[in-house]
Amino acid sequence: MVSPILELKNINKSFGHVQANKNINLKITQGTIHGIIGENGAGKSTLMSIVYGLYQADSGSIRVSGKEVKLKSPRDSIESGIGMVHQHFMLVENFTVLENIILGFEGELVFGHKLKKAKENLKNLCDTYKLNIDLDSVISDLSVGFRQRVEILKSLYRGAEIFILDEPTGVLTPQEVDELFKILRSLKEEGKTIVLITHKLNEIMDLTSEVSVMRQGEVVGHTKTSDTNKEKLAEMMVGRSVLLRLNKEDAKLGDVVFKVENLTVKDDLDVTRVKNVSFEIRSGEILGLAGVTGNGQTELLEALSGIRKVESGNIYLNNEKVSDKENLLDPRKLKAKGLAHVPEDRQRMGLVTDFKAYENLIFGYHDQEPYSKSSILRDNDIITYSKKVMEEYDVRPRSPQLITSNFSGGNQQKIILSRELNESPKILLVGQPTRGVDIGAIEFIHQRLIDMRDKGAAILLVSVELDEVLSLSDRILVMFDGNIVGERINKDVTDRELGLLMAGVA
Amino acid sequence: MATAVDKSRVPWWVSNLIVPLVNLVLALLVSALFIFIAGENPIQAVKLIIYGSFGYLDGFAYTLYYTTNFVFTGLAFAVAFHCRLFNIGGEGQAYIGGLGVFLVAINVSFLPVPIVWLLAIAGAVVFGAAWAFIPAYLQAKRGSHVVITTIMFNFIASSLMVFLLVDVIRDMKQMGPHTVALPKEIWFPTFKEFAALFGIKIRYSPLNISFLLAIAASFFVWFLVWKTKWGYEMRAVGHNTQAAIYAGISPYKNIIIAMCISGGLAGLLGINEILGVHHKIVAGFPAGYGFTGIAVALMGRNHPIGIFPAAFLFGILYQGGSEVTFDMPNITRYMFVAVQGVIILFSGALENLFRPQIESFFVNRLNRKVSV
Repeated sequence: MVSPILELKNINKSFGHVQANKNINLKITQGTIHGIIGENGAGKSTLMSIVYGLYQADSGSIRVSGKEVKLKSPRDSIESGIGMVHQHFMLVENFTVLENIILGFEGELVFGHKLKKAKENLKNLCDTYKLNIDLDSVISDLSVGFRQRVEILKSLYRGAEIFILDEPTGVLTPQEVDELFKILRSLKEEGKTIVLITHKLNEIMDLTSEVSVMRQGEVVGHTKTSDTNKEKLAEMMVGRSVLLRLNKEDAKLGDVVFKVENLTVKDDLDVTRVKNVSFEIRSGEILGLAGVTGNGQTELLEALSGIRKVESGNIYLNNEKVSDKENLLDPRKLKAKGLAHVPEDRQRMGLVTDFKAYENLIFGYHDQEPYSKSSILRDNDIITYSKKVMEEYDVRPRSPQLITSNFSGGNQQKIILSRELNESPKILLVGQPTRGVDIGAIEFIHQRLIDMRDKGAAILLVSVELDEVLSLSDRILVMFDGNIVGERINKDVTDRELGLLMAGVA
Repeated sequence: MATAVDKSRVPWWVSNLIVPLVNLVLALLVSALFIFIAGENPIQAVKLIIYGSFGYLDGFAYTLYYTTNFVFTGLAFAVAFHCRLFNIGGEGQAYIGGLGVFLVAINVSFLPVPIVWLLAIAGAVVFGAAWAFIPAYLQAKRGSHVVITTIMFNFIASSLMVFLLVDVIRDMKQMGPHTVALPKEIWFPTFKEFAALFGIKIRYSPLNISFLLAIAASFFVWFLVWKTKWGYEMRAVGHNTQAAIYAGISPYKNIIIAMCISGGLAGLLGINEILGVHHKIVAGFPAGYGFTGIAVALMGRNHPIGIFPAAFLFGILYQGGSEVTFDMPNITRYMFVAVQGVIILFSGALENLFRPQIESFFVNRLNRKVSV
C-alpha cells in the first residue's frame, strides 16, 4: 500500500475541561478529495487548526509523506506543503491579487525581476487550474467566489500539496459552488490532495472519494463515499437517525401582522441597498427571503428591526406604523411590541462574546423583571432562569458562568434563539439561523421555528441556504440588487428556478 | 515565535497575580540598575523605601494619603475603560473637580458641616463630570477620539485654572496663585486628630477621612460595573458596539454616562486635596495623580480589587521615594519619576511582554500534574 500523504496518529487536544480531539487517527491518500464531516463542535476545525499549525496537539504525531513533522506555526505547515483556505478569507482588501499572494514571500526589498517571475508563475498556475483570475485586480472589487480562488492560488503558489478547505461553500451561490467544485476536481487530477471540511452532506456525496465522520472529538467512522449514503452519514454524525425532511403541516394563515411599504434603505456608505421593497406577512406564516449575500437582505433586516434608518417608506406592525423616514422605533420598543430579531451575524451583533453565557441570555431584555429590579441586576434569578433555558434548548455545556466565546457556533446560536423565542414574539425576524451550525442543531432550530409558526407567529426568514428557505418557508421572495425580483409559493417552485432568480438572470 | 496559549486553561491567579508580579519585579530590577548607575546601593534604597513608607506611623499615613489619590484616579480610568474609552483626562477632571469643591464649600460653609461635606463631594463629582462630558459628547456625536480630546482638555483645564487663580479667585491679599483658605470648621478631620483621640501623638500627615471615601468609591465602582443595568450596558457597548445597538442599548448614552462617572471619580481627588490637605485651591494641585491613575488601573486590571493594591504600591513608591531622595544625595526626585515611569512601562505598555511565556509555562506545568 502507498504511504498516505498525511497521517495523524493519536492526536489529543483539550481546551480546559473540554476535550476537543480524542485519539484521532486519520490517513489521507494522495490525489484524493477527503471529506471530514461532523457537527459543529465535533472537533473538525480544531483538528485542522492543528494540522495547519495554529494549535499544537497535546499529544500525538503528524506525518507528511511518511516523514514525521513538528508543526509549530502556519509557516511550518506551509513549508511541509499544507495550505489552508479559511472560512473567512485572509486577504488585504485594498491590495491587488498579486500583492496579496506574494505578501510575506516578496523575496526582495525593491520589486523587480522577482515580482515579474512570480507573476509569470502565477499566470501559469492560473492556466493549469483554470482559475481565471486577473492578477492586477484589487481584492475589494472581486466577488466572494473569486476571493476564494485567490486563497486557493495563494496556497498553490506557496507550494501546497495538501489543501484544507474549511466550509468553503457557506458564502457562495449555487453557481459559484459549481465553479469551485470544478477547480477542486482539476486540482485532484493534477495530483493534489484536498481535505474538505463541511457539514453539508450533498457536498460530501458529490465531491469526495473518502469520508471521515467526527463526533464529540472522535473519528467515529471512515468509509469510501461510494459505500455510503446521506442518511447513513447523517446518522453517524449525530449518533442517531435524523429527519432530513421536516415534518410540517400546511400553514394556517391568519391576519396580516407585518407590512412593509415601499421601503428604501441606504447602507453606511450612503449606497441604496434596499430599493422600494413592499411585502406583508400573515400570522402563522413563514416568509422566506432568498438571495445571494450582499443583495440588500442585511440592510433590510436591520431596517425592519429598528437598527438602521429608513430612507423612505413605512413599516407597519399590527396595522400600527412603527417606522418611517421621520420616526425610528428603537429595538427595545419594537421588542416591547412583540418583535424579536435573530440577527444574521451572531458574533458581530447577536452576542457579546466576552460576556458570560447568562449575561447574553438576557441581552436586550436585561432591564425587564425578573432579570433586573430598580436597575440592579438580579444575578441569582438570571442564573436560575439561564439554567432552565439552557436545559430546554439543549445548550452545551450547561454552564451559565462560561464565557460565551467558549461555546461552539451552534450553541451560541441556541443561546440567541432561546433568548429571542422565549418571549413568544408575534413577529420574528430571523437571519441565517443555521449558518455554521451543525446538523443536529439545524434540525432543532428548524423545528423550533416551525413550532413558532404553528403558534401563530409571523416569521421572516432570511437565508442564503436555498435548502433552508425551501424546507421552511410557505412563501418565498427572492432579492437581487435591492429589489424583490420574484415571489413564489413554495409548493410550485424548484431550486433551479430560484437559483436563476437569485443570480438576477430570470 | 511565542505560541498562543489557550486562554480558558490559564488559571485566573496566573494572569491576575503572577503576571503583574513578574512585571513589577522586572521594573524594580531595572530601577535598581538606575540607582546603581547613579552611584548608590540599590539594596539600601529598597530598605529606605520600606522604612519610609512603613517604618513610622506618619510615614505610613503619607503612604495611605497617596493611595487615596491613586484610588480615585485609578477608578476613574477603569470605569471609562469598561466602555472601551481611554480617558487620559483624569488630571484635568481632577483639577476642575477641585474647583467645584472649593466653590461649593466656600458658598455653603454656613450649613451644618456634614451637609457641607456632602455638597462639596457633589460639587467635585459634578464639576469633574462636566469636564469629562464635553469630550464624551464629542466622541459620541462627532466621533472625535477621547484620547485626543481628553489630553487637550487637560491643557485647557490647566490654563483655565491658572487664569482663575491669577485673575478671578486668587486671595487678593497676596501674590501666590491660590485662593483664600476655607473656614477651619469644614476641613476634613485628619489622621493626626484621629490618633490624638486615642492619645497617640504623631507629626502632621496629609492623611484624612478621604481615605474612607476612596474605599466607598471602590465599592461603588464594583457595584456599578458588575451589578447594575448601567454597568451591564456600558460593558456591552465597550465589548461590542454593534451588538449593543442590536439590543437597543444606546452607545451615545453609555459613552456619555461612562465618561461622566469617570470624570466624577477623578473629581473626588479634589476632595482629598482641598478639604483634606490644602484647604484652598493651589495651582497645579493634581500633580500628575491623574496620569499615574492610568497605570494604577492597568496594573489593577480595571477591577477595584486590583486597583486598591496597585494604588497602595504607588503610594509606597511615592512616600518611600521621597525618603530615598532625602537620604541619598545622588538620587533626585526625578529619579523616582523615572522609576514610576519604568513601572508604568512594564505594567502598562509591556504588559504582554512575558504573558505568553508565563502562561504557557504554568499551563504546561499544571498539565503535567494532571496527567501524572
